[in-house]
Amino acid sequence: MTVHFKQDEPDNSNRLDGMKQGVLGKPLPRIEGLAKVTGTAPYAAEYPVENCAEGVLVTSTITRGEVVAIDRTTVLSMPGVIAVVDDEKLCTRAAQGTANEAPMQGPTQVCYWGQPIALVVAETFEQARDAAKHLNVEYREEEGAPLDPGVVEPEEQEDETVHQGDLVYAMAEAAHSVDVTYTTKGHASAAMEPHAAIAEWDGDMLTVHASLQMLNYNISELADALDMEEDNIRLISRFVGGGFGSKLGISEEVVAAALAAKQVGRPVRVVQSRQQVFQTVMRRSETTQRLRLAADDNAKLTGFGHQALVSNLPGETFAEPVLQSSHFMYGGQNRELMLNVARIHRMTAGSVRAPGEAVGMPALEGAMDVLAEKAGIDPVDLRLRNIPENDPEEDLPFSSHKLAECLKQGAEAFGWDKGPRKPRQRREGEWWIGTGMASAARVHNISEAKSRVTLKADGTALVETDMTDIGTGTYTILAQIAGEMLGLDPKQVLVELGDTRHPRGPGSGGSWGAASIGSAVYVACKAIREELAAKIGTSEEELELSAAKTATGESLTDLLEGKDLIREGHYEPGDIEDDYTASGFGAFFAEVRVNHYTGETRVDRMLGAFGFGRVLNAKTARSQCIGGITWSIGVALTEALEFDPQDGHLVNCDLAEYHVPVHRDVPDLEVVLVEERDGAASPIQAKGIGELGMCGGAAAIANAIYNACGARLYDYPMTPDRVIAAMPD
Amino acid sequence: MRPFQYTRAPSLAEASHLIAGKDALAIAGGTNLLDLMKLQVETPGRLADINRLGFAEIEDTDDGGLRLGALATNTETAVHPRVRADYPVLSRAILAGATQQLRNKATNGGNLCQRTRCFYFTNIDQPCNKREPGSGCGAIEGIAKLHAILGTSDQCIATYPGDLAVALSALGATVEISGDKGERSVPVRDFHCLPGDTPWIENVLKPGEIITGIVLPAPVGGTQIYRKVRERSSYAFALVSIAAVIELTDGKFSRADLAFGGLAHKPWHDQRVGDALLGQPPSDTLFDKAADILLEDARGFGENDFKIPLTRRTLRAVLTQATEDAA
Amino acid sequence: MVDSITVNGTTHPMPDDPRVSLLDFLRQHIGLTGTKKGCDHGQCGACTVMVNGTRINSCLTLAAMHDGDSVTTIEGLGTPDEPSALQRAFLEHDGFQCGYCTPGQICSATAMLEELAADWPSDASENLEGRVAISGEEIRERMSGNLCRCGAYANIVAAIEEVAAGDRL
Repeated sequence: MTVHFKQDEPDNSNRLDGMKQGVLGKPLPRIEGLAKVTGTAPYAAEYPVENCAEGVLVTSTITRGEVVAIDRTTVLSMPGVIAVVDDEKLCTRAAQGTANEAPMQGPTQVCYWGQPIALVVAETFEQARDAAKHLNVEYREEEGAPLDPGVVEPEEQEDETVHQGDLVYAMAEAAHSVDVTYTTKGHASAAMEPHAAIAEWDGDMLTVHASLQMLNYNISELADALDMEEDNIRLISRFVGGGFGSKLGISEEVVAAALAAKQVGRPVRVVQSRQQVFQTVMRRSETTQRLRLAADDNAKLTGFGHQALVSNLPGETFAEPVLQSSHFMYGGQNRELMLNVARIHRMTAGSVRAPGEAVGMPALEGAMDVLAEKAGIDPVDLRLRNIPENDPEEDLPFSSHKLAECLKQGAEAFGWDKGPRKPRQRREGEWWIGTGMASAARVHNISEAKSRVTLKADGTALVETDMTDIGTGTYTILAQIAGEMLGLDPKQVLVELGDTRHPRGPGSGGSWGAASIGSAVYVACKAIREELAAKIGTSEEELELSAAKTATGESLTDLLEGKDLIREGHYEPGDIEDDYTASGFGAFFAEVRVNHYTGETRVDRMLGAFGFGRVLNAKTARSQCIGGITWSIGVALTEALEFDPQDGHLVNCDLAEYHVPVHRDVPDLEVVLVEERDGAASPIQAKGIGELGMCGGAAAIANAIYNACGARLYDYPMTPDRVIAAMPD
Repeated sequence: MRPFQYTRAPSLAEASHLIAGKDALAIAGGTNLLDLMKLQVETPGRLADINRLGFAEIEDTDDGGLRLGALATNTETAVHPRVRADYPVLSRAILAGATQQLRNKATNGGNLCQRTRCFYFTNIDQPCNKREPGSGCGAIEGIAKLHAILGTSDQCIATYPGDLAVALSALGATVEISGDKGERSVPVRDFHCLPGDTPWIENVLKPGEIITGIVLPAPVGGTQIYRKVRERSSYAFALVSIAAVIELTDGKFSRADLAFGGLAHKPWHDQRVGDALLGQPPSDTLFDKAADILLEDARGFGENDFKIPLTRRTLRAVLTQATEDAA
Repeated sequence: MVDSITVNGTTHPMPDDPRVSLLDFLRQHIGLTGTKKGCDHGQCGACTVMVNGTRINSCLTLAAMHDGDSVTTIEGLGTPDEPSALQRAFLEHDGFQCGYCTPGQICSATAMLEELAADWPSDASENLEGRVAISGEEIRERMSGNLCRCGAYANIVAAIEEVAAGDRL
């Protein structure tokens, strides 16, 4: 039986706080954790499949043009080689998140250097890898593909454009104004598990073990790509070795494995090499951002301008949503916002953790620091003065707004010095030491979701959905929600995820997973509680369950009388989405050291305070936050995709030269969870936390660099070359 | 990876013989070679495993120096009591490179032969005169942040990426080489080559020759510093590195052995730089003068222009630190 | 030549193809998939195992080069029923998220504690000689060969510190 709930109104009943099991929000260790720490959790490529052949992708060595011919004979004569797959259904790009349809197909048309054009299948991985390098491909190259976002005429994204009042006038009249241009380099998700798939056919039935974030969309994308019915496909992603946006949509190896398995009549495994993952999946676009801030004598914003240029391939709808939180972050009645996209032939741009705010907020919050200095006020105070009452563009109320609390509690916990701020006040040996801060914001997203909950006759529960856990903690929080609602120890709740045989979840992405699927489980459990309440002649509201018993002592097993109780919860966001502006908020504080001679920057300590609705598990929520802060360090200091100016290929396509932070780059991190209940965000009053932790953190570091050594930089990442160039003598 | 015939070399002589042929390479730690073989940058048809040939000992020499077996791992070398005590710049250089896992496997001989990290060298679908003579250099007009500013040619601007050899250069170590024509010794400072018109020739090893050891002269003491500037705080190749063995007597430099990493196709040693310091009292002006000499012929390629000021600043930092430590 | 590799106490014949890395040998040939392939080029540490007690990247060595060697993988350190002290500490401190780098982190940390006990210095050590003082900075430097993209570093270090403190008691 399916129970459908569409949320049109805020739910401020705090029902989950009235439950008696007392496990929700608790810092429980992950229920799948033992499998992970003992190496027994199977990831996509690790399923033992009999008679599995190995496929390796072949990628293009031109930027734009056509594959004219592939010489398969040479390769087919190599030891162990079974097939060369160049089916026109092969995908040449990964699907964008929530695309719900096949990405670009047709491997004969080349649009970027490194694009997949074929797959070589052999008995062993070594044979396939070698053969793939030997495939001779004849191209007809189309010269002159634009590669530099700065030289093409960009396309305006009109629904992002805001013209409100007169910003030019506001800037001219302002007591204090800032007009600065920031740049950010491209980023890679660089999830630790490379993209992988094992495809197996049983007649017309296709089963694929894949590493994907959103099976609910992925199944449609794969069905569309292969021109087949969803009912004939089963996708399994029980463990996903990180996603960060790179596994939102199906990627090239999934379709390639499926086509190859069909062609050779046996299962085929395709694992992308690390270099291929870098070059074929998704990049976060580089950005150029102009920030204009106008403020009055009281440092209150009167004007707000944010224009951004990003890039993508022709034909892609995704444009890094740089301005996403700028629309509502601060007041200022005169507003100019505009997002432009340059069409260039670098690899596909798409979602990388916190698309938009990950780069938009570091630019905005850097500019705010410049404004605070010009206005001569404390940067925390500047933010506090400019928190808008309502969304300044839509005139909507905020569903909840914890920025002020985060700023205050964060400053307190960090030991923020409110005294006058001047650069170069502290030096230890070669190192300048300074502090900086920034606000955090990340829009709250929510999505339709379904989950089946079975309260079993033996008094245990089963939660089933095709939702994934990509390290986010889904397994554990669903056990906690079900445990809380049904009065069970979460150990008594079995959670089955990542299999399209289960009801459709929301997928992991956009930080909406926990709130969405958690609400579906909540809806299902509520229906089960209604059934149980009826059995003892009370109402669901009155029903108290804990330790598998009612308040009056009846055990669940007795109430169930040998029968399982099954309910499918179907949660759907309703009108409420149009009634409120909903976002997570927070504040970052950082202390850094900058070497006077070499410009090397090290983060000595960093703190984030975040308000994101109900905390479902204090341990995993904190982990999401420290993960985000760690990414902030990468954005601030080390991460930069470099593209060749001649052919547009991604040059630093490995983990040696694309510098994700290492252990030593990351100090002990402090997190303050600013608890709140946001009844307009979701029925469980939770918002997302997977991305908020990196939305602005880089600016806290950039601002600390300035405070430490006096180098005001406007280009991320702030590598030693850039720091010494900006360092005063 | 191309198929190859794998042989465990039974003796040094046999190993020399095995790799004297065109299509053969020796493998020791393998951390660099296998990386490149997977990328099809190296495609040997025969691989001679020399790991069990002995020469992994670290032992005292008659003149009070130390002989490092070529097959001793980087870790064994860095943690050896005598290296720590008498050649700290060497321990420091090794520990500043790669990761513990890699240092545990990588050998001293292999490390000297480590190949460049140039993006265009490691991507077989890009031009590279080093990998494919005559194909051009992708880096000169491309992404050259890591690249050389000294001793470049119009054929190649790659850098030697290692740390260990930079310290060995400062220490004036010697490489022991064995081949079918017998044994010979080459100063580390002369072991690596500049690219010139033959960027594929990276060192003086001839076909069939194998490094068997590295000899450190008797310890000279002094203040020993290895300074590595990098983009991450660990596990990154040097933008610039400096190995320095410095001594001050009566307030004046009495020893200044300096070598530089990240600047050239080889660990850079310029005798004039140290000589400019000798007999002089430390001062910023003097440090700048040394930098002027070092960087006299430096040339950037756009993206790596910063290495010129960065080297100057880093040299100043090292010499300032050495002066303070010595005081 | 004994033509075999011992993994977690069990002896296995060598692969026929000399191209097989120790990592692929573990994952594909003998089914021990706990050791992960993150980059296949020694750049991430997910494949860290111990060979004769020393931690190395199993992706950058050939199985053929390990004839007669003894390899310990994550499966040899503990099981879900009997996890090792580090495995338990990782669980308690949430020293992982997606879990993919985790076996490598734990193998690496296991060997690192031995290296600390032997007073091997690191780039973070103030002195090259004498006892190494265990600190967050020491652990972070020594663990820098193990990338974690989820960003669990702070928790990983906390887990290791706890076990290291216990070891020194």
